[in-house]
Amino acid sequence: MTDFTMKVGDNGVAIITWDVKSKSMNVLSREAFGDLEACIDEVLGNDDIKGAVITSGKDTFAGGMDLNVLGSIRADAGDEPAQALFDFTMMGHKFLRKIERAGMDPKTNKGGKPIASALPGTALGIGLELPLATHRIFAADNPKAKIGLPEIMVGIFPGMGGTTRFIRMMGAMAASPFLLQGKMVDPKKAKSAGIIHEVVDDPVAAATEWVLSATDKDILKPWDAKGYKMPGGEPYHPAGFMTYAGASAMVNGNTWGVYPAAKALLSAAYEGAQVPFDTALKIEARWFVNVLMNPSSSAMIQSLFINKEALEKGANRPDVPDQSVKKVGVLGAGMMGAGIALVSAQAGMDVVLIDTNQEAADRGKAYSETYLDKGIKRGKVTAEKKEAMLGRINATTDLNNLSDVDLIIEAVFEDVGVKAEMTKKVEAIIPEDAIFASNTSTLPITGLAEASVRKEQFIGIHFFSPVEKMALVEIIKGKETGDRAVAKALDYVRQIRKTPIVVNDERFFYANRCIIPYINEGVMMAGEGVGRPLLDHAAQLLGFPVGPIQLVDETSLDLGAKIAKATKAAMGDAYPASVADDVTFWMVEEGRLGRKAKAGFFDYDEKGKRGDYWTGFNEKFPLLDEQPDLIEVQHRLIFAQVLEAVRALEAGVLEDIREGDVGAILGWGFMPWSGGPFSWLDIVGAAWAAERCDQLAEKFGDRFACPALLREMADKGETFYGRFGPKAKAAA
Amino acid sequence: MTEAYIYDAVRTPRGKGRKDGSLHEVTSVALSKTVLNSLKERNGLEGHAVEDVIWGNVTQVKEQGGCLARTAVLASDLDEIIPGLSINRFCASGMEAVNLAANQVKGGAGDAYIAGGVEMMGRVPMGSDGAAIAVDPSVAMDMYFVPQGISADIIATEYGFTRDQADQLAVESQRRAAMAWEEGRFDKSIVAVKDINGLTILDRDEYMRPGTDMQSLGGLKPAFKEQGEVMPGFDKLAIMKYPHLEKINHIHHAGNSSGIVDGSAGVLIGNKEFGEKYGIKPRAVIKQTCKIGLDPTIMLTGPVPATQKILKDAGMAISDIDLFEVNEAFASVVMRFQQAFDVDPALVNVNGGSIAMGHPLGATGAIIIGTLLDELERQDKETGLATLCIASGMGAATIIERV
Repeated sequence: MTDFTMKVGDNGVAIITWDVKSKSMNVLSREAFGDLEACIDEVLGNDDIKGAVITSGKDTFAGGMDLNVLGSIRADAGDEPAQALFDFTMMGHKFLRKIERAGMDPKTNKGGKPIASALPGTALGIGLELPLATHRIFAADNPKAKIGLPEIMVGIFPGMGGTTRFIRMMGAMAASPFLLQGKMVDPKKAKSAGIIHEVVDDPVAAATEWVLSATDKDILKPWDAKGYKMPGGEPYHPAGFMTYAGASAMVNGNTWGVYPAAKALLSAAYEGAQVPFDTALKIEARWFVNVLMNPSSSAMIQSLFINKEALEKGANRPDVPDQSVKKVGVLGAGMMGAGIALVSAQAGMDVVLIDTNQEAADRGKAYSETYLDKGIKRGKVTAEKKEAMLGRINATTDLNNLSDVDLIIEAVFEDVGVKAEMTKKVEAIIPEDAIFASNTSTLPITGLAEASVRKEQFIGIHFFSPVEKMALVEIIKGKETGDRAVAKALDYVRQIRKTPIVVNDERFFYANRCIIPYINEGVMMAGEGVGRPLLDHAAQLLGFPVGPIQLVDETSLDLGAKIAKATKAAMGDAYPASVADDVTFWMVEEGRLGRKAKAGFFDYDEKGKRGDYWTGFNEKFPLLDEQPDLIEVQHRLIFAQVLEAVRALEAGVLEDIREGDVGAILGWGFMPWSGGPFSWLDIVGAAWAAERCDQLAEKFGDRFACPALLREMADKGETFYGRFGPKAKAAA
Repeated sequence: MTEAYIYDAVRTPRGKGRKDGSLHEVTSVALSKTVLNSLKERNGLEGHAVEDVIWGNVTQVKEQGGCLARTAVLASDLDEIIPGLSINRFCASGMEAVNLAANQVKGGAGDAYIAGGVEMMGRVPMGSDGAAIAVDPSVAMDMYFVPQGISADIIATEYGFTRDQADQLAVESQRRAAMAWEEGRFDKSIVAVKDINGLTILDRDEYMRPGTDMQSLGGLKPAFKEQGEVMPGFDKLAIMKYPHLEKINHIHHAGNSSGIVDGSAGVLIGNKEFGEKYGIKPRAVIKQTCKIGLDPTIMLTGPVPATQKILKDAGMAISDIDLFEVNEAFASVVMRFQQAFDVDPALVNVNGGSIAMGHPLGATGAIIIGTLLDELERQDKETGLATLCIASGMGAATIIERV
């Protein structure tokens, strides 16, 4: 069984069809390379064949490379992974060049056979790099098709000629959104960008016709013709100089310098643009391998691609029949409830949006309307779709409308009493087999479940704000939560196309458990007299989207004070006194609650736009004469979070470190380049981390004390993925 | 030990480095030739008089490419037996030429050298030779490359200099330069630029704006704010390198930064025997030279570590120096120098500097050594220190002592 099959028609045109039977979308495997090459060799060697069309047996062309391939090459290569990856990449280049040169005479550029691509739909990554090597690309007029090179989003860059060909096709400036941001476009836009050539109804027919009439000139790539000039200029052309100098600065600034793939991509582009095409491919391959050999790229592929997908596909779903949600009741039409209603309706569910008065319920529904209107403006939503979606949301005060829902998501005021009352009222109305979920962010699920008569059907589904943007949903199992409730929550999250993690019930669950110490450490340092710009920039230089000081202004100081008070009440005398609390309580007293008060650690203008750091702060908490070095600040910020993640694993809050990693990146933007807290610990090594804990604990206190688990792993020389990863789990 | 003496120092007036500048019609070769011929003539040099001509020049492409130093020697009245060496240490190229020559003489590699430089900034634009540090991602990104104007603004931010202070320094530079010209303080060294028929093209620095005051400078917009804050956003890189800074304070503009000009200068350096042979008197000894590297992002603080090192190497203290020339690449560079060493501003750049008269990159290092010597003689003082900041994060300095 091969992934590529070839049929030669009476007209002498070979139709090569890519169809990976075991997958819904084609991905390129190691073996398939050879299959395709055999087809191409036959096309070029057989005098009866005039040319070829490469197409797909599915309604899409291909989703890209099977990312496990790269890992397997590395693993198989033993001591020489760089050589193996380089050889593999060069083999790919050589093969794609064989297609591109199509047997033409190297001197006269004559006598080659035309090879066209016919894309029925989506073509991404190597699924586009292959067509780029052919002589003409025909795509079906399919507005849902996505065409692009999204490699950068998982920490690598287009390394099968995509980088080199894009830059030579359109110039560095025009190529940058596609290469550096992984921009994907529909076929029409791809045509106007110069990525593909034709948008037609029947791409195979059009491509076949073209193959039959193509001349030597038609199949010669500009870069193989004499007198080729790079669009926009090469790096030492005056125009190119500005582009390349600007690109280095912008990419560095926008990424805070933490993504090795972005740097490598730019180097491949810069160095490649100064040499002939085949040399440029070799340079592209060297930088590609350099990125693959960087632990960050493996970690990113692992967390952001492989593990994220595994979690979305139900890696930790109990073996329970399909629990897809048809009708959901959302209790509370505030910001969270309104967002939950929106994403549920978007996923095709019927939604009953409940609030205590009709006006509030309507306001919650209006949130969806505003959102959809924005979509219409941007051409992403049609008026019909908007009407259909709004039609699915029933905004009401009447709980009786909940009589036929199969899932409740409660998003009312964060108060045990209020929630208990709602639970009782609603459970009396909803079907007996409906699942009841609470979107609490702070209250233990087991406690809330006490109000429920069906505790095994009670669960936490914790959304992040804003709901429609944040990709993570944290599912919390109470002590008595049953498997069906977990499956229901997971199926719901799959329906709304978000990524779930399933955790056990302890104070602040997983995400907030880690975010709070991060914010506290930042606030504490500010109180100690560390400059606030250094604190925020230190975090951003690690790859966090916002620093702790800016973050606390966003989440508000009074929330911090509330959490501190509640934690203190819960812990009693064990609660450690902290400068962070002094700062927080003082800020609250001063009315500097954060952005919502237009006054916090920053000043804000009347419109709420953030200005400079508020100078009054350092009058109360003076700056240290000797500021700490950047690394020390960064280690305090990282360890505050990472140690909490390890403790969550120790305490059984996390059952799967993949969830700890994926959840951290999607939930609060934890250093995506690191692959998450556990991947980061694996990169730096448990031994180093344990030693650093000791140093930090000695200097800054017991909150940095090395968790027993980490100490044990340091002693044994273990890694988290070695001990707790999916393979170790499967073996156990 | 053999000493290296300065026997003579000349410079051309500086023309505006623009299409309407007076020297725009003059080639780099012709301007270099003006200086070389003047040194030959003034000192009666004959035949193999000097071992080499070391010529500082930054943008070595087009007419300034192809070892301009050798071309200039051949175009001049000097004997063809004298070779030529073009060198580039950015803004300190002219100083590096002098320092190299001095150390060659001290080491016994020849009796005498002509050292100096040229830059026709209007004819061969700055940056037109390319620069990997700005454009090669493998260096630009790791080094947090920013253009010099941003670096100058980083210095202002890091060391707390205000726009007003920078403008005051610029006003003072203009005042001093105007006064120096008025009193003829440059007469000894200026060699007029003439055409092929002996007609004068330029005999006076033309970039100066006498009468510049705080008000006239106040209207100028910060020159580097746009590229810092918007496109492509160099301030972000400054913050990445200096994360304790909240934001960059953009204080520099055309009026408090060095001027883009055309110009050339040369210094005649030799040992004792050389002077005796030609019957000329040494004016000063080149006591110590130095160059040093530093963080390329802040880039322009070089005069501070260069001065610290040269004083240490010479076994001297800052108080041993009578007069200073600190190249006015940007106002903040000079302010940082004064702040670091707490020297009397009256002793620094006595006759104005590059803000008023312009900064022909390859020549300035030689110009300020000549200007320093002239002023030491005028004030009858002994010891002077000249220093420059340098692109890509370097610094250079020279200490001279009258004999």
